[in-house]
Amino acid sequence: MAGIAAFGAYIPRYRLGASTEGWGSRAERSVANFDEDSVTMAVAAALDCLAGRDRQDIDGLLFATTTPPYAEKGCASIIATALDLRRDIFTADITDVLRAGTTALKQALDSVAAGSARQVLVIASDNRQGAPKGEAERSSGDGAAAFIVSSEGVVAELEGFYSLSENMMDVWRSAGDPFVRSWEDRFAIEEGLDRILGDAIAGFMEKQGIAARDVGKLALYAPDGRRHAQLARQMGFAPEQLQDAMFGRLGNTGAAFVPMLLVSALEDAAPGQLIVAASYGDGSDVLGFRATGTIADGRAGIGVAGHLGSGQNLDSYETYARWRDVWVTDAASRRPQAQSPSVSALWRESDKNIRFYGATCNQCGFVQYPPQRVCVSCRARDDSSPVRLSDRPGRVFTYSMDYLAGTTDTPLVVTVVDFEGGGRALCMMTDRELDEVKIDMTVAMSFRKLRVVNGIHNYYWKAVPQRAVASEPVPAS
Amino acid sequence: MSGIKDRVAIIGMGCTKFGERWDASSADLMVEAAYEAFEDAGIEGKDVQAAWLGTVSSFRTGQPLADALKLDYIPITRVENACATATDAFRNACYAVAAGVYDIVLALGVEKLKDSGFSGLAVPEAPGSDVNPPVPPPSQFALAATRYFHEYGIPFEEGKQTLAQIASKNHHNGTMSPKAHFQREVSAEQVANAPMVAWPLGLFDCCGVSDGAAAAIITTPEIAKTFRDDYILVKGIGLSVGAFGIMRNDWDFTHFPESVRASQAAYQEAGISDPRREIDLAMVHDCFTITELIIYEDLGFSPRGRASEDVESGTFTLEGDLPVNTDGGLKCFGHPIGASGIRMIYEVYKQLQGKAGQRQLQKADLGLTHNLGGRPGSFTCSVALFGTRD
Repeated sequence: MAGIAAFGAYIPRYRLGASTEGWGSRAERSVANFDEDSVTMAVAAALDCLAGRDRQDIDGLLFATTTPPYAEKGCASIIATALDLRRDIFTADITDVLRAGTTALKQALDSVAAGSARQVLVIASDNRQGAPKGEAERSSGDGAAAFIVSSEGVVAELEGFYSLSENMMDVWRSAGDPFVRSWEDRFAIEEGLDRILGDAIAGFMEKQGIAARDVGKLALYAPDGRRHAQLARQMGFAPEQLQDAMFGRLGNTGAAFVPMLLVSALEDAAPGQLIVAASYGDGSDVLGFRATGTIADGRAGIGVAGHLGSGQNLDSYETYARWRDVWVTDAASRRPQAQSPSVSALWRESDKNIRFYGATCNQCGFVQYPPQRVCVSCRARDDSSPVRLSDRPGRVFTYSMDYLAGTTDTPLVVTVVDFEGGGRALCMMTDRELDEVKIDMTVAMSFRKLRVVNGIHNYYWKAVPQRAVASEPVPAS
Repeated sequence: MSGIKDRVAIIGMGCTKFGERWDASSADLMVEAAYEAFEDAGIEGKDVQAAWLGTVSSFRTGQPLADALKLDYIPITRVENACATATDAFRNACYAVAAGVYDIVLALGVEKLKDSGFSGLAVPEAPGSDVNPPVPPPSQFALAATRYFHEYGIPFEEGKQTLAQIASKNHHNGTMSPKAHFQREVSAEQVANAPMVAWPLGLFDCCGVSDGAAAAIITTPEIAKTFRDDYILVKGIGLSVGAFGIMRNDWDFTHFPESVRASQAAYQEAGISDPRREIDLAMVHDCFTITELIIYEDLGFSPRGRASEDVESGTFTLEGDLPVNTDGGLKCFGHPIGASGIRMIYEVYKQLQGKAGQRQLQKADLGLTHNLGGRPGSFTCSVALFGTRD
C-alpha cells in the first residue's frame, strides 16, 4: 500500500514579529530571505527529508507552488538537479492553486499505487506576497514541506482520499500581478472556506465510514486561528484533535501550508493514529494517513519543529521591504549594470553550480572545488571522481564583511569554507547575524538565488550558519 | 641562462600626475608620460624602435599608443597581467633589448579609470555563469587580514593599529610627492577609525583608484653610456603566476606564495642573499595595508608573523633601515592599474639618481619594485631590482 516513507520541512530563519521595527504586530510570520524563493525553499525542505537516504532511489519529483519563479520553464527540473537526483525520472510542476501541495501528494500516491514509480519526492513550497501593510502580508508565511511517497518503508499509510473541485473566486492573483487579491472576507469564509472544506471533510468521512472522533489529528487549512478553530468545532472536532497550525508564529504558507501541518502532525504521531489533511483552493483535497509502527523513522532532519524553533525576528520592516523589492533603494556605489549570465556556461557548469560537485583525484585523493581537469595537488590529468559537497558540513577558515559589494544584505559576508572530508570553496554567507560569524564556525550549504538578470534566475549555493536542532518539539500555543 | 642582470639600462622615465584626471584622456596621459621620458632620455619619438603598452582596461591593443604618440609603423604589443601589467610590459621590453633585437624601446603603462562613474574598479569580464561570489578587491584582501590576525593571535584593535601605521606612513611620504593623488597627512588614529569598507579593512586601509601613466626608455648599458652617466641598470626581474591555490586547504592566507617566488627569482638573478640588508628601498604593492604587511614577510624583510614589530620600530619609514613606498605607494600616489608598476620604477629611478626631492634617501643604490595582481590564491606577481651603474 502506498504511503509516506519520509517527511521533512523548511522554514526560513527570519520572522517578522514583535521585535521587528515597523511591523506593528505581535504575531510572527516566517519570511524568506532576499535570496530565497519557492525553488530554494523546496530544495531545503527536500534535503531535510532526504537526510541520510539514497537519492538514487527517487523515480519522480512533483513540485507544488503558487509562486514559481518562472512562468515558462520548469522548476522541478532545477530542484531535481540541485538535489542530485537521477536524470531518468519524471518531474512536474503543479501550480496556480492553493491546494497544489495536496494535489501533488495525491498524484504521487496514485503513481506509486499504479506501480509507475517506486518512490516519488513531493515538495510543496510557497512564498506568496501580500501588498505592503495589508492583511495578506500580515497573515502569510513562507515555507516548504517534502515527502517521499513510496510503497516500501511506509511510515504513514494512505487510508483514503476525497476531493472536491469548485470554481471559487475568493483569493486570486492574475499573471503579472505582484500581490495576492481577495474578495470580501465574509463571503470568502461563508461560501468558500466553511462550505467547501466542510463538504469535503464530510465527504471524506462518509466515504471512509468514520466519524470525527476517529480522527487522531486534523491538518486543516484556514486563513487564521479564529476561523481554524471555528471550522473544526463546526465539524465536530475537539480542540486536541486539531493539528496546531502555528498561527502567530509561522503564517499561512499557501500551497505548502497543509503539507507543513501534515509534516508537523507526522512528527508527533503515535503508531496507529489517523491523520487527515484537508487543503483548500478551488475545491479541496482530503487525504487520510494512518501512522505505522515505524512512524518515528520517517523524520530524518529537523522538520517543522526544528526549523520553527530556530528562527529569529528580523530587525525591521524596512529590511523586509528591501528584500521584496517593495522598497527600491538607491545603489549608492553606482556599480555597473550586471550582464546576463551566459546560458551556455550555466548549462556546461550545471554539475558544479547546481549539483555542487567537487572532484576527488583518483590518484592522490585530493578533493577540489570546482572540479579541475588537472589535479591541483598531484597534476594527474582527467582522473577524478565527482563528489557532492552540498550536504557536507563546512568550517569557516577566514572571512570578510564587505560594505561596498552592492548586495542586498550589506555587508556581504565572504567566507572561505573547508568541507569535512576535504575541499575548499569561496562562499557567500547568508542568513547570518554579523556577531556569529567567526573563524572555525560550522556552516551548511544552502541553495540560493544569486540574482535575476535577463529574466534568468541564477541559482547557486551559499554557506549558512548551521540551524540549531530543536531538542524537543515546539509546544502548541 | 644568463639572466637580465646588467644587460639593460633605463635612460629616461616619465610619469604623469596621478589622480582624478577629469581633464585628461588616455591619450593625453600617454603623451604626458612618454614626452617626459623622451626629454629625460634626450631622444625623440622617432628613435623608439618598438614599444610595449601596459593597460588593463583602457585599451585592447597596442595601437592607441601609436595613435597618441604618432609612432612610425613600429611593432607595439599590448600587455595585460592584472596589477602586474606595467612591470610585465617593462619586462618584455627588457628581454627584447637583451635579446639584441632592438636598441631603444619604450615601455608605457596607462590607465584611465575615473570615466566609469563608479568609485571602485569596473573591469568588464568575459561572459560566464556569473555564480562566483562578487568579491571586490577589499574583501579579497580582508580575507587575508582576518586570517593573519587569527593565525598570529593579534587582537583586532592591535592589528588595526599596525595597519593604520602603514597607511599613515604612506600618507606622510605622499605629502612629499608632487605627482601623488593624495598629498596630505592622515594620522594612524584617523586610519583606524575610518568607516569599514570590507571588515576588518576600513577606508584608509585601501589605496586610491586613479588615472595616470608612466613610461620608461630602455636600451643596452653600452648605448646608455652615450646618453647619460646616471643611467640605471636592471638587476633582476621575477614573475610568478599562481594556479588557484585557494582550492588547497593548506593555502594559509597569511603569506602569498607568488610574492615569495617572484622575489626569490629576482634575488637570485641579482645575486642578493640578504634582502633586508642589501636593498636600500622598496616600492611594494600596498593596494591594502594588510598587503604591505604581508609583503614585508614575503619579500624577506621581516620574519613570519613579526612584521608588525618592524612597523612599530619604524623600519620602513623614510628614516628607517629599509624605506618602503617612499613616494606614498599605491595608497597615496594612486593606482591606475596598468601604470603602477612603471610608476614604482620611476620612483626607484629618481631615488637612485638622487633626484627624489624632499623625500630623497641618503643611501639609494639598490631598489626594488613589487607588483601583485589578482586575488589571494591566484596572484600574478612581479618583482624587479634596479641598481646604479658601477
